[in-house]
Amino acid sequence: MRYTLTILCIIVCQSFVFSQDCSNILLGEVIDFHDKEPLADAIIQVRGNKKQVYSDEFGKFTLKNLCNGIIELEISHPECSTRFVTVEIYGNTHKKITLEHHLEELNEVKVTGSTIKETNSAQEKTIKTEELERFGSNNLGDALKQINGVSSLNTGSNIVKPIIQGLGGSRVLILNNGTRMQDMEWGAEHAPNIDINAANKVTVVKGAAALKYGGDAIGGIILLDQNRIPKKDTIYGKTLINGVSNGRGGNISTELTKAYENGFYIKGQASYKKLGDAEAPNYILSNTGVSQFGASIDFGKLGFESGWSTHYSYFDTNIGILSASHIGNVDDLITAINSDEPSKISDFTYNIKEPRQHVKHHLGKLKYYKRFEGLGKLNLQYDIQQNHRFEYDIRVGDDKGKASLDLKLTTQTLAADINIDAFEKQKFSFGILGRYQENFPNPETGVRRLIPDYEKVDFGVFATTEYKFSDATTLDAGIRYDYSKIDAQKFYITSRWEERGYDEDYSDIVVSDRGTQLLVNPKFNYHNFSASAGLKHRFSNENQFRFNYSLAQRAPNPAELFSDGLHHSAARIELGDLRIKSETSHRISASLGKNSYTWGYEIEPYLNLIKDFILIEPTGIEFSLRGAFPVWEYRQTNASLLGVDASIFNNWTNNWRTDHKFSIVKGKDKTKNEALINIPSARLQNQITFTKQEWNNFNISLQSEYVFKQNEYIDNIMVYSPQQDQEVELDINTPPSAYHLLKLDSEIKLNLKNSKALTVGLGITNLLNTEYRDYLNRQRYFTDDLGRSFTLRLKLNY
Amino acid sequence: MIKRNTILKNIKKVSLIAFSSIALISCSDDDDAPEEQNEEEVITTVIVKLTPQGGGTAVTLTSKDDDGADGPNAPVISVESLAANTTYNGTITLLNETESPAEDITLEVEEEDDEHQFFYTVSGSISGTDYTDMDEDGNPVGITFTLSTGDAGNATLGVTLRHEPKKPNDGSLADAGGSTDVDQTFSLEVE
Repeated sequence: MRYTLTILCIIVCQSFVFSQDCSNILLGEVIDFHDKEPLADAIIQVRGNKKQVYSDEFGKFTLKNLCNGIIELEISHPECSTRFVTVEIYGNTHKKITLEHHLEELNEVKVTGSTIKETNSAQEKTIKTEELERFGSNNLGDALKQINGVSSLNTGSNIVKPIIQGLGGSRVLILNNGTRMQDMEWGAEHAPNIDINAANKVTVVKGAAALKYGGDAIGGIILLDQNRIPKKDTIYGKTLINGVSNGRGGNISTELTKAYENGFYIKGQASYKKLGDAEAPNYILSNTGVSQFGASIDFGKLGFESGWSTHYSYFDTNIGILSASHIGNVDDLITAINSDEPSKISDFTYNIKEPRQHVKHHLGKLKYYKRFEGLGKLNLQYDIQQNHRFEYDIRVGDDKGKASLDLKLTTQTLAADINIDAFEKQKFSFGILGRYQENFPNPETGVRRLIPDYEKVDFGVFATTEYKFSDATTLDAGIRYDYSKIDAQKFYITSRWEERGYDEDYSDIVVSDRGTQLLVNPKFNYHNFSASAGLKHRFSNENQFRFNYSLAQRAPNPAELFSDGLHHSAARIELGDLRIKSETSHRISASLGKNSYTWGYEIEPYLNLIKDFILIEPTGIEFSLRGAFPVWEYRQTNASLLGVDASIFNNWTNNWRTDHKFSIVKGKDKTKNEALINIPSARLQNQITFTKQEWNNFNISLQSEYVFKQNEYIDNIMVYSPQQDQEVELDINTPPSAYHLLKLDSEIKLNLKNSKALTVGLGITNLLNTEYRDYLNRQRYFTDDLGRSFTLRLKLNY
Repeated sequence: MIKRNTILKNIKKVSLIAFSSIALISCSDDDDAPEEQNEEEVITTVIVKLTPQGGGTAVTLTSKDDDGADGPNAPVISVESLAANTTYNGTITLLNETESPAEDITLEVEEEDDEHQFFYTVSGSISGTDYTDMDEDGNPVGITFTLSTGDAGNATLGVTLRHEPKKPNDGSLADAGGSTDVDQTFSLEVE
């Protein structure tokens, strides 16, 4: 790239009239004034003549055949204001030129060599619009699996919780347009309430390095963003339609943006998805349909000095849970594990019956920013969210059709931060945040509350800085403090209260004794500190090295503290512990990579040492009139996660490209010296892609994914089976076998009149209709995973 | 110097805005106690009543779990002895004793008898059971049944209530499927 530009420059320079001693060379570098990132594609024009060159992807440019003396350069860049610079040429000269990269709020993102990163030194990856659009009929978690090191914890195919380097749930923060999602992420079968069609870009930051967003991201952060809106009179939009064979349905999604020269804009988006029962290779997965609706509206006015924006989104999903996974007791579970097929297989239907989940999520946001000259930019944000979750079980009599769980979680956040970017070599960022959350479990359900009534207050402050040590090396550091207070009111069954030993440790929080139940008022405070430091170094040969250390602390979530009974949808007794304290993670990571036109690679090793790691695992059984139930208890231990994500790609010719990715993580319970439960298997992905621009931007790719068997797992437990009248091994921890899946994807893009475009794509997942089960699918006891599926995509840009 | 002053001034301005906005978050403190919740449709008690067909004193087998499925305590089982070589008329009753008066869950089973079935598994000196009731489709339900004993010795009687079993089925739990609402085993003596 660089050489082509130099050659281009030489050609441009040929048109010059040379004078006698004029053989000097000016080596220039164009960088962003604020973050010191190199600016590619800046136009450098020598005043007074036609000499013009472009900066390469490292921001560098060369002007040859210059005479001694003073020249004036005009430097312009699509995202910056134009600048005039005088340079004194005396022999071969070097000059660094900074540009104000301020128009970022106003312009559409140009596809340049370097995308703007969230962090300086952490491992991070972005999925762009085109790639996201291929997953329009899937879930966020499915799309994220394209990123090396990201896997998922599934409950069937419609509940997909992302896992980053072995950690998920409350250890992964999801930022939806700058708002931290508060959607009961504590539940293993609670998927993020996000419409993937509303996002234009998704970035994953592995680990807790992005302190600005929270100090408890022990696993990582997922950021969903929208494309920037141009400051010009324009109207544009797109509509996507997906038809999916497995589930016999699909989705439609559409968005429209109107922008004005004065910075005002309005954008609307909506999507609807409907799928019936999914199919495994040999049978129908009864009651696995889904219907989902999402809509959002954005408007605001973005100016150079200041601006404001308003966002509102609504998400509504109704998900069927596999009929066969509704089991009564441990004997039913043993029967299910031992049988090859689910116990209930009915004819295909679009109807969603109990057991099912229905979740509604509202999110509203107001944002204001102002730029102070010579200082930086101030952001103020207020957001409010309400997550309303219903879980319906199979019930009888008067309670038929009534929800078994009805939780309403309301969260309000006010945050302010300032980015100081006025200094040449150093950037600072300070922020402060306050949050108030209220959980209301509706007593109308007639089922004891799994998560109690509570109020929670959070307060956080952070400071981060980046220092440009040299042209090639940037250092970063940050600290953060978070305070949180939870004030809950909960009923405990007296016998459980005593069995847990709370009568000795927590007798002072009992409010009243109602006979068989106790009302208690736990109030807990947590003080958490987090910090991050790292460096990024660019080598001259296009290699880049990053190193990061992060300290993160996470307070226990309500499920970890308060669970105390039978979780109907999982047919297991889940027991939290009031004594659980914050967990602390020390994580070091490095990445070495190269990203050139012809080839690239990235090696990302990491070690995450977590003190007081909170986990849930099966410990035994308890008896009741319904028979015996497996008991899953939360406990704390010292854990380590050691892993590596490695990838390499090569452009063999202009048309052929291959991609290879491998990720592995080893989880260890250091206290008990055994494996950790639910650690994702090692995964190897190979992909070959053929692209031919001339054939209407045709591309086709074949992806092979090999998932190894997890061979590090905890022992199964022995339980008494009333039906067999003996102790039997409950095979709930043995991972399923390794599997291999093939995926084919093909696309063409037809450019129509008036800059409209139609994209047609065809995808086939599980091409060979392979029967498989995944270790991290909670329904693996009951059924095979999804069989082959064809997806036809149509996209119209206008 | 001038630049530095502007910076300081701006920092002051900014922090003022930031802090005052945080102060706006005020927390309403409503500490009203949530209302007590008793599990509905919970079964706390299973009673099997066996009356000798030729007349005589009825025998009662009970299993009682006061803290329900959420509580840690196992059910408390009490049994009486059966007479050898006798046929009994049996009835089963399910109660929710967390409510007062106790709620009879058997009535709900009866109402939806096509979606329910009791299964009796026997061993030892109990020779067998037979259904004596039917749902609207002519399939057994098992709220009433007969039980016959053999010679004296030890015996077990297992009681299982399945919701949404396959109906009709071959009488085995494996064939019936469905989800289990009650699963208790009584160990007793036949004298």
